[in-house]
Amino acid sequence: MNYSSLLIAIVILFGGAYLLGRNRARALASAGGSLHSLPTHYGALMALWTGLPAVLLLLLWSILQGPVVDALLVKQLPAAIQQGTDIEIQLALSKVHNLAQGAGLAADASLQPAVEHLLALEQRNRVLHMGGALVIALLGLGLSWRRLRPSLRARTEVERIVSVLLFTSSGIAVLTTFGILASVLYEAWAFFQKVNVFEFLFGTTWSPQVALREDQSGSSGSFGAVPLFTGTLLISLIAMSIAVPVGLMSAIYLSEYATPTVRKYAKPALEVLAGIPTVVYGFFAVLTVAPMVRDIGVSMGLDVSSESALAAGLVMGIMIIPFVSSLSDDVINAVPQSLRDGSYGLGATRSETVRQVIIPAALPGIVGAVMLAVSRAIGETMIVAMAAGLAANLTANPLDSVTTVTVQIVTLLVGDQEFDSPKTLAAFALGLVLFLVTLTLNFIALKVVQKYREQYD
Amino acid sequence: MSIIENHTTNGQAFSEAPKLQARNVDVFYGDKQAIYDVSFDIGANEVIALIGPSGCGKSTFLRCLNRMNDTIDICRIEGDILLDEENIYDPKVDVVPLRARVGMVFQKPNPFPKSIYDNIAYGPRIHGLAQSRVELDEIVERSLQRAGLWNEVKDRLHSPGTGLSGGQQQRLCIARTIAVDPEVILMDEPCSALDPIATAKIEELIDELRENYTIAIVTHSMQQAARVSQRTAYFHMGQLIEVNPTDQVFTTPEHSLTEAYITGRFG
Repeated sequence: MNYSSLLIAIVILFGGAYLLGRNRARALASAGGSLHSLPTHYGALMALWTGLPAVLLLLLWSILQGPVVDALLVKQLPAAIQQGTDIEIQLALSKVHNLAQGAGLAADASLQPAVEHLLALEQRNRVLHMGGALVIALLGLGLSWRRLRPSLRARTEVERIVSVLLFTSSGIAVLTTFGILASVLYEAWAFFQKVNVFEFLFGTTWSPQVALREDQSGSSGSFGAVPLFTGTLLISLIAMSIAVPVGLMSAIYLSEYATPTVRKYAKPALEVLAGIPTVVYGFFAVLTVAPMVRDIGVSMGLDVSSESALAAGLVMGIMIIPFVSSLSDDVINAVPQSLRDGSYGLGATRSETVRQVIIPAALPGIVGAVMLAVSRAIGETMIVAMAAGLAANLTANPLDSVTTVTVQIVTLLVGDQEFDSPKTLAAFALGLVLFLVTLTLNFIALKVVQKYREQYD
Repeated sequence: MSIIENHTTNGQAFSEAPKLQARNVDVFYGDKQAIYDVSFDIGANEVIALIGPSGCGKSTFLRCLNRMNDTIDICRIEGDILLDEENIYDPKVDVVPLRARVGMVFQKPNPFPKSIYDNIAYGPRIHGLAQSRVELDEIVERSLQRAGLWNEVKDRLHSPGTGLSGGQQQRLCIARTIAVDPEVILMDEPCSALDPIATAKIEELIDELRENYTIAIVTHSMQQAARVSQRTAYFHMGQLIEVNPTDQVFTTPEHSLTEAYITGRFG
């Protein structure tokens, strides 16, 4: 018996339990008993009792079986290996697993008992695992069948189980965030064991090359991240100085000036910008905008590098326009019509109304939109990776090539890496900073938007 | 019930000293006609009440008087509306000064999310009515005093207008309208969102304002129409059924539809 047939069996039991419960409840009702809940609730309750514990058992077993099997295997390894370091034990264990699957490179006689033990364990494990699930499912079915009587508060119980299920689902997203944070923190901690926190945060030289061998010359590595922060800041500033005015003005046009027909076509058209993959923006930046910026700069007698912060920032700004315009458009539309009427009723023109009534009323929401756009700009990777370059220059000149936090994370982690060198670990420290900054910005944005909501509800 | 064929308005529709004159006004929302051939006068310094069942077109008509319906794309108006003998729908007329001359107070108090002071100063500022800060302060104080709100807010002129109570907010909106020194004030059910005490204050205020302004008020409350107005116009299905002195409308209505409405048989 394999997993798919087990799952099919559980699904059949699940459906069967539902029908069984419902029909039993109907029978009880027609026999003259007055039911507490609808027959379907009894069916649902029985189905949940049958399906949920079995599925839970399967999940838990799948998570726990690996460590348990390994712990049992260790005892079968040769004594010499058991005395060894953790790494040696891990190595031996993965060899055993490979051999058991018939993929071993060379048979190792000393590991043979462990391999046989593993095969036996897997056999037994499978029987217990699947058998256990089936038994639990049948047990749930039987128990709930015995509990089923007209006075059973099936509806209340089903509602409670459903609310627990919903709570768990929302918990998964939250837990994942914490998981990501924890893993980044862990690796960043390892990095800060090797590199001083202050050197990382305030150092002005970024050169993450470290010697791979003891005798290699030069490159002790320098992890001052300030050039990356300023690069990110510079490009984000350029992007926002494009996206905020253009996005805001297009939002005002769409919500206050455009006729319904124009709005119907223009708004989705603008939102198409948000659907373009960032890679496409990236080569637009490299192949079209960067050469254009350079040519214009050169014709004005300026020294422009071929990968400039300006080109990357411009294209990123265009990418962010729909974020600003779409969110701002929503908040401007949420300004009550009565305020517009009040202003027009006093003889204000459209632009006076927009400037003096609508924008102030929508301002908190607009600020929220801009904040979200900023965190989007800071986290953007592809455009800058393609268009901004890799040189960690500490400069405020938009015509120079700069690099950003995200680009460095990509370059540090692409290719073959050792996971204990500061070079690789630096990526996690950068990721941590990025995560904290965008988290703070999102948090502020949400607070601001919330405050705005309270005003008109 | 449907439109009455060949209807002419009963009663005394015209005034000897007219401020606003409506002549054969038809209003359409897209293909749907909302107002049918309405002609009557609103006299200078009088309060006229527009009453009628929901959807009878009284608010629509009111909004024609300062061209607020211009902001609705599908709304189309035929006929003439004259303010001091001048057609406000003439293409040469600019709506900005028109709306300064014909102010409007809305059903729900709608103070701007600004301070009390800035709410009042908004109109004078956009129309450039004050040359100096001192002058603007005077306008704000005078408007608040006329609206009977000065004593309640003089110590907190710079706190937000949205923080006032509903009745105070509505008087703030009246003060805001007065601040641009209009000739006519249109009120679209100004008390429908207020409690009886706030309503009584507004009604008292309307009576005082009559000295300086011409007022047209849409109301669902017949008691209110009786208390504040000199003449009453009864609208029904987009037609103007009857215009008469308020006493007469509520004691001896000329038209059977008016009688049916004021005795509560529909509406």
